Amino acid sequence: MLRSIELIPSGALILLSIRNLSKTFSSAAEPVHVLRGVDLDLKAGERVALTGESGSGKSTLLHLIAGLDAADGGTIRLEDAEVTSLSDAGRAELRRDRIGLVFQQFNLIPSLSVADNLAFQARIAGRHDAAWTRELTERLGLGGLLKRYPEQISGGQQQRVAIGRALATKPLLLLADEPTGNLDEATADDVLALTRDLVARTGCGFLMVTHSLHLAGTLDRHIVLHAGRIA
Amino acid sequence: MRRALWVLAVLLSHWRRHRMQFATLLIGLIAATALWSGVQAINQQARSAYDRAAATFGGIRTAMLVAPNAATFPQELFIKLRRAGWPVSPVLEGRVQINGRSMRLLGIEPVTLPADVGNAPRLGAADLSSFVAAPGQTLVAQETLGDLHEQEGAAPSISSGAKLPPLHVLPQLVPEVLVVDIGVAQRLLNKPDQVSRLLIGKAKGKPAPLQSIVGDKLQRIEPTAETELERLTDSFHLNLTAFGLLSFFVGLFIVNSAVGLAFEQRLPMLRTLRACGASAGLVNTVLVVELVALALVAGLIGLVCGYVIAAALLPDVAASLRGLYGAQIPGQLTLRPEWWLAGIGISVAGAMVAAATSLIKAIRMPVLATAQPQAWQQRQRRWLILQSLAACAVFAVALLLLQYGQSLIAGFGLLAALMLGAALILPAFLELLLLAGQRFARGPLALWFWADSRQQLSGLSLALMALLLALAVNVGVSTMVETFSRTFIGWLDGRLAADVYISAADNAQGTAIRNWLKDRSEVQAILSGGRAETQVQGQPVELLGLPDHALYREHWPLLETAPRAWTQLVPGNAAFISEQLSRRLNVRVGDVIEVPAPGGTWELDIVGIYADYGNPKGQLAVNVAALIRQFPQTPQTRIGLIVPRDKIPGLIAALQKQFALDDRSVADQATVKAESIRIFNRTFAVTSALNAFTLGVAGIALLTSLLTLANSRLPQLAPLWAIGITRPRLAAIELTKTLSVALFTSLLAVPLGLLVAWCLIAIVNVKAFGWRLPFHVFPLQLVELVAVALVASLLAALLPMIRLARMQPASLVKVFANER
Repeated sequence: MLRSIELIPSGALILLSIRNLSKTFSSAAEPVHVLRGVDLDLKAGERVALTGESGSGKSTLLHLIAGLDAADGGTIRLEDAEVTSLSDAGRAELRRDRIGLVFQQFNLIPSLSVADNLAFQARIAGRHDAAWTRELTERLGLGGLLKRYPEQISGGQQQRVAIGRALATKPLLLLADEPTGNLDEATADDVLALTRDLVARTGCGFLMVTHSLHLAGTLDRHIVLHAGRIA
Repeated sequence: MRRALWVLAVLLSHWRRHRMQFATLLIGLIAATALWSGVQAINQQARSAYDRAAATFGGIRTAMLVAPNAATFPQELFIKLRRAGWPVSPVLEGRVQINGRSMRLLGIEPVTLPADVGNAPRLGAADLSSFVAAPGQTLVAQETLGDLHEQEGAAPSISSGAKLPPLHVLPQLVPEVLVVDIGVAQRLLNKPDQVSRLLIGKAKGKPAPLQSIVGDKLQRIEPTAETELERLTDSFHLNLTAFGLLSFFVGLFIVNSAVGLAFEQRLPMLRTLRACGASAGLVNTVLVVELVALALVAGLIGLVCGYVIAAALLPDVAASLRGLYGAQIPGQLTLRPEWWLAGIGISVAGAMVAAATSLIKAIRMPVLATAQPQAWQQRQRRWLILQSLAACAVFAVALLLLQYGQSLIAGFGLLAALMLGAALILPAFLELLLLAGQRFARGPLALWFWADSRQQLSGLSLALMALLLALAVNVGVSTMVETFSRTFIGWLDGRLAADVYISAADNAQGTAIRNWLKDRSEVQAILSGGRAETQVQGQPVELLGLPDHALYREHWPLLETAPRAWTQLVPGNAAFISEQLSRRLNVRVGDVIEVPAPGGTWELDIVGIYADYGNPKGQLAVNVAALIRQFPQTPQTRIGLIVPRDKIPGLIAALQKQFALDDRSVADQATVKAESIRIFNRTFAVTSALNAFTLGVAGIALLTSLLTLANSRLPQLAPLWAIGITRPRLAAIELTKTLSVALFTSLLAVPLGLLVAWCLIAIVNVKAFGWRLPFHVFPLQLVELVAVALVASLLAALLPMIRLARMQPASLVKVFANER
């Protein structure tokens, strides 16, 4: 049975361990080696920014950690679970119970209200905590928007809902793929500050892909991916 | 479980925000289920009526003994066989007239009636004594009581003046059948000691061979699974089933496009669900559960609608079956549980088939897949080529069926192959047309018009196929019905040449009327006719007595004749044969036919073939005097008169006053013709209704496809809007495009429909009914049908176009903002 962590950070335990990870995409011309043996450790409660030029494999790395795609070689271990050896259903279970995902495009469910979107992942994980959801709502400033639908709120507000949804299950690891890419600078700062606070509150690990060196500098550690390897 | 329910709730939330789409999905499923189930309900009702008819006291479901070449045989053969241990039971069958209405009279012997014969078990000991002991009983169906306008217990008189035993309802009986004790039947039919057939029960031991007891006077007929009526009506039911199936498929086109649209719109939702940890298995299972649940709800509503449709159409179907085949179908609908289950089943199966492509896409969908429009376009092109090859193969099958097919099934197979082939080739045909348009286009907007129409084609092709099929069927069936209608009216003019028709209650009244008419100065000719029934080569045949008069020579609808045919008819050794009987018996002009008559075999030279549309029985027309010589029992109750037109009302009034005749017993030519045309129109009312339904459903299919496209076409339209083409102008261009492809499709449907009409007239009708009609084309009708199709397309296109014309600029801007 997969477990979530308590709200108190667990110190220096290695939460995520990646070894020799590789991924190749086939294309019409020639195979594209996106990841060429990535090694990475992330401690519980640690907040890490991942930067790199376009096509360096940042999003692919994030997708492999989340189990959205399968690696060609190497291992990914999230606490006691080896992600790379899990089946599709196992990877889905991992995402549901241990990972929170935030995308650049928000990926909210347009037919659900803000309230339902917020509680959505926690509900399908069977871990809906009304008090925690209320706290998230308050801290994310979504109190007056609960009955609205995604199309009726701004981009910044939509991203806050997406962050709330990802944290509603109190995950072990929050993965964010350019979460502020669609937001203006002020809103991006605001959203990231909120995310940092909430990550600290939950004690989960946080890995964020970003192009912004400014935002990367606000986190605990900054790593750069270059030509499929950690530079 | 809770997890699955949450996923289901999320999936269902899509419909709450897309109510119109939800409605079209349900409408598609409801329409498909309703039309299919309605037709099945009608077929089931008819088939159960045939079963009742077949099982009525030893119909074709029971082994029996009959005389090889005569309608009846002496009762003493029955006694001989019983004494020899044969478990036989006698039946005498004939027709009687009650208040001018012809009914089938069955005389049975209930004591010896085999227990396994239909309806027999209901005659228990108590019923048996009241049935046999005086005054006896006449068993009838509830519907027959209504037809006779009598109450249970009444004892109506037949045309000879004899009274029937009191009427008693036996629900299992078919309408228009009267069942009495055989002794009563022999008296009423004036056939003392005569028997029509002997039903064979289960023998306890092994009785002596049949031939050693009765020689070759009787022959054994084994029971058959399918009755003659079932065989005859197969084509009618096949026709209805074909219509039901067509409507079902057109309905599924709607479901397909609604589910396809929903899938496309829910794609991001499905990816988010997967990203949030719902496994592919769970999401796909819930998708199927959602679809099945919707299909169950729609199926139930569809069944109720199907019941309403069937109940509304049943009286017309019953009229058609009675008019075309003489089959008696109760007008009230009764349905079995299997019908409900099959209806629900077909709804679920149909929904799964219609959603199959979307479900397969969902199952194969990787969480991170991105749109690949180029690959999609290439797939579409491959698909178009494959579809065209399949169309060629189907056309080849059609050619083979046309060349070598001999049966009715082959006729329907040819029709199906033609329509399927045409539907499959349609997208390629339209692609070529639009490509040609693009090649010759001048100006950027015109170029875009044709190029964009081509791109839109794949999304619209299913709906256009539905439109093509619906319209082709409409053109085909309408042409056939119109051809039939005009031929029928021309034929009626020939068959109903006399000015006044009289049907006397009995021979005595017939003689009295003739004598009275002789003194009427306005009567220019009295034309006495007569009808008798016999069997030729095991088939029931009606003998029609024609008077020797110039009126008949000039008007009788002969299709083919020998020289001096009318002169040859007079001595009584020649006959005209109806077209359907000549096909059934494979008899041509110049052949000789042997007719069993009470006095022995009557040899008749065939000197003509005549059209006899709408008559389920085979018919031979002979000289009336010769008919009465050969069949002395022929009722002489039918009289035709030639009277100046202005004297007709006065003469009819005088006849009614003098002989207490009602409107059914005396009528002028115009009334009889009007009644015949009314029956004819009623016969094809079902066809017209199904035609309209199919076209309506095709219109809805087009609407849903256009709505589907409208949603995904904003990225194509937004750039045009951005460079200065106004939204109303864009909407007008979109409307023109839709109407253009609809017009091309409709124009293709016209030759296809005419081909369908030719198949119906030259193949299906000939196999099903035995008559062939001349083929006519009615241009005005074709223009009308194309106009109806275009109006349906216009209505279908209007809603998405109005939406586009009124669309807020913000919605179009979003295309560029990548926020959609």
